[in-house]
Amino acid sequence: MEKLLATDRNIDYLYPHVDVWGFPISSYLFLGGLAAGILLFAALYYLLGKEKDMPFTVKIGPLFAFPIIVLGLFLLVFDLHHKLYVWQLFMTARAVSPMSWGAWTLVIVSFFSLLWPLSFIDSIDEYLIKRGWSKMTKVTEYLIKLEHKWIIPHFIIIMFRKYRKFLAFVMLIYSIILGIYTGILLSAFNAHPLWNNPILGPLFLTSGVSTGSAFVMWLSNNKKERLLMSAIDMSLIAIELFFIVHMFMGMEAGAEVYKQAAGLFLGGEFTAVFWGVFVGMGLILPFILEALELKGFHIPIVVPAILILVGGLIFRIIMVQAGQMSEYPMFP
Amino acid sequence: MRYAMAIDVNKCVGCGDCVVACQTENNVPLGYSRDWIMEFVKGDYPDLFLHFESQRCNHCEDTPCVRTCPTGASHVIEGGIVKVTHDECIGCGACIEACPYDARYFHPDGYVDKCTFCDHRVKDGLDPACVSVCPTECMYFGDLDDPESKISKLLKERENYTILPEAGTKPQIYYLK
Repeated sequence: MEKLLATDRNIDYLYPHVDVWGFPISSYLFLGGLAAGILLFAALYYLLGKEKDMPFTVKIGPLFAFPIIVLGLFLLVFDLHHKLYVWQLFMTARAVSPMSWGAWTLVIVSFFSLLWPLSFIDSIDEYLIKRGWSKMTKVTEYLIKLEHKWIIPHFIIIMFRKYRKFLAFVMLIYSIILGIYTGILLSAFNAHPLWNNPILGPLFLTSGVSTGSAFVMWLSNNKKERLLMSAIDMSLIAIELFFIVHMFMGMEAGAEVYKQAAGLFLGGEFTAVFWGVFVGMGLILPFILEALELKGFHIPIVVPAILILVGGLIFRIIMVQAGQMSEYPMFP
Repeated sequence: MRYAMAIDVNKCVGCGDCVVACQTENNVPLGYSRDWIMEFVKGDYPDLFLHFESQRCNHCEDTPCVRTCPTGASHVIEGGIVKVTHDECIGCGACIEACPYDARYFHPDGYVDKCTFCDHRVKDGLDPACVSVCPTECMYFGDLDDPESKISKLLKERENYTILPEAGTKPQIYYLK
């Protein structure tokens, strides 16, 4: 059987396969996962009482989460085709739509990612001076001034400080929801067999948290903090590899369309970039480098950190692209 | 009330009248179409023949597009017709990704557009534009809940199939073999 033509339909993003989501969406999935990872570690180590030992993880890292989320949101809105109606997202909450979940989760998480560092603003200022990041202290000093000038934000921040323990717990949960959501968003599409598997949620969460730990490991100047993050990252990579193998095993055991979807990575056109670039250079190589670092070899921490961050981005680009290529065949 | 369409693939000659009728009736922008005809070559040499399928939104009973819509712009109205409220659509593309039939597209104005089963005609008791113009009269439109309707009888009498039943959407466009 051979398809000859579809009358009068030259819609380029529908044929030969759906191609509606591109770079903005994959980048957003990456940024969302990264912010989720950063906030998860901040909330977790605050709750564990490691605020003093791990200043970067708890206080400084979240400083970057807000701009990361804002950039992600900007990309999301940029990708909409009916941009002026974006407010319609917040006129309803639909429990069955992952994107509706995501929109509301992003609102809550961006609220936390803004208030969390603001509630630590004095100690952040001290840290920045000590670290010598003098350009950033201008921002913090300006914010401190504003905080004392405006009564309502001041009140909100004081309340945040007062109930920080409880709010850290909420932030921990919401950062996990954000991390999982980036995967669930894709796995809700039955029409794309590659996406339609339940491992994607945990896999994207693990990958997001791994990029978060790489981010902290890269920018922290505290040796203990770096080594701990390095060790955590190694276990996350191991879990990720386990999920990836598990995902393909599940697909290979499934119906024909799932086998075809897995085939894109097992001999198909994404084989080299997935196994060579993402798994090889974005997971296994940084894993080895981190292991050597823990053994006492001197390895510039920036190398594994950047490899993991770039690997995380490439992973999402591949999954979004390959997912759209895996479809039910339209034959009678 | 459960609207459905039945198309006799043996009578269809692939003229594309249904496509043009829809474009005219619904003011579909140039280069787009809400319905289309797929042409396939079937059989083994030398017994080859052309197989035509006039395709459109299947107005599924289990609607993945409505499920993934974050604003509720995609919804099901009486009779099981799937529609999009243009002023609620943000153009995120989730429903386009969710549809295994590629029945949805972005209107140049930004919102998502698709076949409406000509609900503006159906509520006046008329057939959808595509059905009403078919020169070989190979398309039938009607109510499946009414056992006396022509379409119910046809589906009972003749062997039929739907497209991609394995996608689990319970499509409501039937093709008579």
